Amino acid sequence: MIDAERPLSPHVQVWRWHLTMFTSIAHRASGAGLYVGALILAGWAVALGAGPAAYDGYMHLLGSPLGKLVMFLLTLGVFYHLANGIRHLIWDTGKGLDVKSANFSGVVAIAFAIVATLVIWGIAITTGAA
Amino acid sequence: MASYRTPLGRARGLGAAHHGASHWLAERVSAIALVPLVLWAIFGVLRLATLDYQGAVLWVSSPLNAVLLVLLTATAYWHMHAGMRVIVEDYIHKTLTKAILLMLNLSVSVLVGVLAIFSILKVALGGAL
Repeated sequence: MIDAERPLSPHVQVWRWHLTMFTSIAHRASGAGLYVGALILAGWAVALGAGPAAYDGYMHLLGSPLGKLVMFLLTLGVFYHLANGIRHLIWDTGKGLDVKSANFSGVVAIAFAIVATLVIWGIAITTGAA
Repeated sequence: MASYRTPLGRARGLGAAHHGASHWLAERVSAIALVPLVLWAIFGVLRLATLDYQGAVLWVSSPLNAVLLVLLTATAYWHMHAGMRVIVEDYIHKTLTKAILLMLNLSVSVLVGVLAIFSILKVALGGAL
């Protein structure tokens, strides 16, 4: 970055792909995705404040196939970032940092995200929300 | 955030980077606050998706919903600003590009976050009906 001639530390392409690497990258990716999700939340609040026409238009957009796909991915992102965030908070106390625990908690975070997303969308479909 | 620091941390001062401990802590305190707020919000979205405009206005007009919505927005926007800041600082090394992106992140977070909170309050206080 400062001097391109200086030796660089090994980068992603020289590492064997492993679970904790995936969970780390996915935490950042889901966080960046939720940035967009927060903008969609703000758009909803602004549309509600703007009146019935704007609100109906906005909800129609969210209910479209593309809107539903975005909401589904956001649900997955929310639950993953939530579970993996708790994993990070546990690590911050100095616990669960060994390879075996970190791999296990990684599997738990991914499994929780998938199951919770399916449960919420199951509820959404049965209650007519989706 | 100073009150969250350990006595040793306070005694030693600001650390090698001369700043940062408060940012690190604020990101975590906001993360913990977001756990219950986001879980509440997911069920809020499920409810709101079945309501029309009138129903949504009534839902937001409930003091508990209005306060939790404002707290969710404020905390989420704080947290997402902090997270995106770290991403920019980690991956963007050109000084000018980094400065522009950091200012853009701050501007978007503050502008859109305040717009959302103002809209929630407007609806909750009856301006939209």
